Amino acid sequence: MISSRMRSVLRDCKRATLITDMTRKFDSVLVANRGEIACRIIRSVRAMGMRSIAVYSEADAGAPHVTLADRSVCIGAGPPSESYLSIARVLESARHSSADAIHPGYGFLAENAAFATACEDADIVFIGPSPHAISAMGNKAEAKRLMRDADVACVPGYDGADQSDAIMAARAAEIGFPIMIKAAAGGGGRGMRLVEQSDEMSGALRIARSEAINAFGSNELILEKAIRGARHVEIQIVADNAGHTVHLGERDCSVQRRHQKLIEEAPCPVLTTDLREQMGAAAVRAARAIGYSGVGTVEFLLDQDGSFYFLEMNTRLQVEHPVTEMVTGLDLVELQIRVARGEALGLKQREIALDGHAIEARLCTEDPSRDFMPATGTITRWHIDESDNVRIDSGIREGQTITPFYDALAAKVIAHGETRDAARRRLVRALRDTTIFGLRSNRAFLIQCLENPHFASGKATTAFVDDLLRETRLDTPSQPLAAIAAALLFRLDFELACARGPGVATNLRNWSSGIPLTSHYSLEIDAVKYSPTVSPLGPDRSLVVVDGNPIEIGIESLDTESAVAYVADLRIRLRFQQSDQHELWLALPDHDCRIVRLHQNRSDSDDAIASGLVRAPMHGVVQEVVVAAGDTVAPGQPLLVLEAMKMQQQILAPVAAIVMEIHTRPGQQVVSGDLLITLGENAAEGGEETR
Amino acid sequence: MTIFNSRLDTNSDAFATNRADMIALVDQLHSIKGRADALSDKRRARFEERGQLTPRERLAHLLDPGMPFLELFGLAGFLVEDRDPATSVPGASCITGIGFVSGVRCMILVDDSGINAGAATQMTLEKVVAAMDIALNMKLPFLHLVESAGANLIDYRVETWAHGGGLFYRLARLSAAGIPTLTVLHGPSTAGGAYMPGMSDYVVAVKGRGRAALAGAALLHAATGEVADEEELGGAAMHASVSGLVEYLADDDAHALHLAREIMHRLQWNARCRTRHPQEFAEPVYSPDELAGLVPADHSQPYDVGELIARVVDGSDFETFKPRYGAATVCATAALRGYSCGIIGNNGPIDPNGATKAAQFLQLCDQADHPVIFLNNTTGYMVGTQYEQAGMIKHGSKMIQAASNVRVPRITLYVGASFGAGNYGMCGLGYRPDFLFTWPNAKTGVMGGKQAAATMSHVARVAAKRRGIEIDEARLHAQEQRVIDLFDSQSGAFYTSGRILDQGVIDPRDTRKVLSFTLECCAEARQRDLKPNAFGIARL
Repeated sequence: MISSRMRSVLRDCKRATLITDMTRKFDSVLVANRGEIACRIIRSVRAMGMRSIAVYSEADAGAPHVTLADRSVCIGAGPPSESYLSIARVLESARHSSADAIHPGYGFLAENAAFATACEDADIVFIGPSPHAISAMGNKAEAKRLMRDADVACVPGYDGADQSDAIMAARAAEIGFPIMIKAAAGGGGRGMRLVEQSDEMSGALRIARSEAINAFGSNELILEKAIRGARHVEIQIVADNAGHTVHLGERDCSVQRRHQKLIEEAPCPVLTTDLREQMGAAAVRAARAIGYSGVGTVEFLLDQDGSFYFLEMNTRLQVEHPVTEMVTGLDLVELQIRVARGEALGLKQREIALDGHAIEARLCTEDPSRDFMPATGTITRWHIDESDNVRIDSGIREGQTITPFYDALAAKVIAHGETRDAARRRLVRALRDTTIFGLRSNRAFLIQCLENPHFASGKATTAFVDDLLRETRLDTPSQPLAAIAAALLFRLDFELACARGPGVATNLRNWSSGIPLTSHYSLEIDAVKYSPTVSPLGPDRSLVVVDGNPIEIGIESLDTESAVAYVADLRIRLRFQQSDQHELWLALPDHDCRIVRLHQNRSDSDDAIASGLVRAPMHGVVQEVVVAAGDTVAPGQPLLVLEAMKMQQQILAPVAAIVMEIHTRPGQQVVSGDLLITLGENAAEGGEETR
Repeated sequence: MTIFNSRLDTNSDAFATNRADMIALVDQLHSIKGRADALSDKRRARFEERGQLTPRERLAHLLDPGMPFLELFGLAGFLVEDRDPATSVPGASCITGIGFVSGVRCMILVDDSGINAGAATQMTLEKVVAAMDIALNMKLPFLHLVESAGANLIDYRVETWAHGGGLFYRLARLSAAGIPTLTVLHGPSTAGGAYMPGMSDYVVAVKGRGRAALAGAALLHAATGEVADEEELGGAAMHASVSGLVEYLADDDAHALHLAREIMHRLQWNARCRTRHPQEFAEPVYSPDELAGLVPADHSQPYDVGELIARVVDGSDFETFKPRYGAATVCATAALRGYSCGIIGNNGPIDPNGATKAAQFLQLCDQADHPVIFLNNTTGYMVGTQYEQAGMIKHGSKMIQAASNVRVPRITLYVGASFGAGNYGMCGLGYRPDFLFTWPNAKTGVMGGKQAAATMSHVARVAAKRRGIEIDEARLHAQEQRVIDLFDSQSGAFYTSGRILDQGVIDPRDTRKVLSFTLECCAEARQRDLKPNAFGIARL
């Protein structure tokens, strides 16, 4: 992970290090985080010869960071408030495992001043800035006030204490729409709302407050003028305890979805040396203004005219820090640890050079075609290749279950190149070779973004993803895709049939002494139904007819998880996984899809569900009717209790429904097949399904 | 290794002529069989309207993709009811063959309800019974996709009814032998047909379409005056929940066939088959495709059966047994798709030496436990004083006896002439070969039409001479023509196959494939453990 270049830079830094009396030695670090960042921090901790301790929630028992660390401690249940966000539990684990220091990673407790204070009180080194610096920047409103004082330009907005709807609306009107509502304590996109016009204000405020209180424990909001078509450019700074502060250049994080970053790069494609110096100086000023130590990031909006505005400062390691590491050769986690030890870094601004270009893509388990809805489920296949110029920061493993408790970031793929385009091509190549099956990911969407001419030419702004989504329909299966899927299934079915029997002679394959046989498939590919037929033309070639269109498909080099498909002149590498007989995950270089074979997962119990009639399964006496007409019931919820043969049997709701009518009463003798309850369709559920 | 040295000149005019003649016959075969497909397909719209699959689509849904299918009795019924070769539709309203379902080799029977609503005729019955006999012999699970209007009362024949019982008798025998039987009710299965689901081990029925009743609504009304609702009387849902006749209720045809595949998969049927077929074997050096040009369409023109064997067996490699003794009867040992076999072929009539050689060879095959393949191209046993005195009857009898009694699989092909007792010695239909297929050029019968006519004329002349009557040459000539027509019209492959005197007519170029497939079948049957029971499975 650490390149030779990085090593040599680090060696130089160490040589320059001055050991001062501020030094606090520690040799074990508890990582109060999960996922890819926990893994990434553990690697540096171990590389520095220290002991690493992981904490994990019950939901993360199978996560990779648990086994990567020297020691792991379970700190509670899945919900973050009961585990990763619980200061008490994290500190207890630290004591329990004799950890000298805690690295908070990002998110969770990373920018929680109370946590940093609690660490100090417990005599554990908090690897990060002082509680003072955290709280100064943690409140966006206060931060903006500080920055104005330090002569750093801020986005026009409102950060007053009066949070009433009326005042907020009035200030919004003064600033002018569109306007951005943000949680004062926030970050990471949560609690952020874009408001286009004044009549949307009150609704947006309500939602933002609710999100803010849930995510950050405070409902204080700020307003900012929304600057359209701006770039999100942030400066990485690093400061030691002696107040020696340098910047490590910038990152461009303009490509965002739902106000969360998706693709980040360093350097920013449009930044001039002059502008870099200006922004870098502003960032250093900002850090100094609050006596910052450690690594931190000052975020700016860069308008098309070259003016830039302070957005916020992140007093922690950023998700996208690897792009900076790849162009500077520095290990930011190591720098954090060394600052926390009290070492002086001895980095000189003029010695920090940016080498080439690095781009990071965030591979997330989410569905871009459904507004990036996070996906949950089990990762049934996970394969990604690291290489000289491609770094992988992964936080998942095959077989791991992705729960709804945490964010959807599965892995970061970071490519380096001499030029931006070289890095971009390598990143696309790496993503094309990546396999993630079992649940939806944004792999294909990332490729689509990276290949988009607008991005390729370095022109992407914060409006990029929205524009792209307007232009293209995502993940739409096509007839050739359905044809490839059918031809592949045909081959897999044949192989399976062969394997199940004593084997047929090769010359008998695809042979019929009577009418030529055509196989029929009924498939649902990403919610679109197809009924292709497959007629073999040879051992490797088939004629697939999809919606009346004949498409010739070759399937070659077939093994248990990959093949090569030929469609006309195209040669397409396929990766696939058949989890069971009715589901196939298929990855083309630029497309992932889940293919369901219809006709294969029905049962005649659907009858009762469809009719909504709940009948007595046997003779007995009704003991108790648990529900009343009009009740909404969930699947598996008890409806009534029937006593038969001295056994009490609960009759359960087969589906989510509304109880329409109860045809029985307690004490009534019923015979097998008697109608007990009529269920009706739950309107809300129904709406959910058809959406 | 004794790779055959072929003398066949594939660039010769004779080869080109033979090939053209043979391909014309194969085309004719496909064209005749295509009539059934086309006729059935005329009802496609009706099937689609009812949300059903056509019978051929049902077959395709049931079978494993890419796995081979050996159709049987494809010409059954040809020239039986409609005697016009230009219009007669073969198939007897059903499609049958051996194919794979979830990796299991099965006997499959599909009612062709696109033709006369799947109504059964005498030939349907014979075809079904013959298929069931193969299933029993080869230990193949029997799968029947049912949709039949039953027998057409207008064409009622008492013998069809009487022999019809044999169908259910065989279901009982299969079940008792430990061979599962499965019925998918896609449509009606009325009257006698109702015992099809009744006696099958597993029944899948399609909701709203599958029906079974001893008397359908019409007959019921006639018999008792009861006016009944078809669904209440015999609908799939009723049978699944009330009568208990149906085990698995399906939403539609495709779902039903998926369930049938699931049932076959869950049987783990192949776990009881110890064999794993040889995977490494050589293809013939000479292409099986050349078989089309090897054989003259006129069976009176001889060809070397060695050339045929060389285009069928592994590596074109075979050893001829006693080549200098009874030379016209060719016995050879070879491997076919990896299995060692004995092959008996003819390069002319069978003489006493040929007969004794073949009888000895058959005994050796029995001893070595090698299947025997009979390649029929003989006009019969030699006749004449010399041969009678040499014991032709005695030696021929030995050969027939050996052909009857060998305890190894026997596969017979009619590849040219198969006449008289030669057919018997070469394991013809009456000798119950495990498999029996015919090339389109083959002629079978007691003797050729010309010989029969000449015999009858000779008898007439002798009788006339004895009575001192002048022979009426014109009448005699007409009689000769009638006899020739009588014999020749019944000797053609399409005609005999229409009467189920074989299991099907095949493209000669498919010979190696057919033999490979049937040898696999035989090997599996011999290696398969059955768990027989006394009474078959009763639906309780």
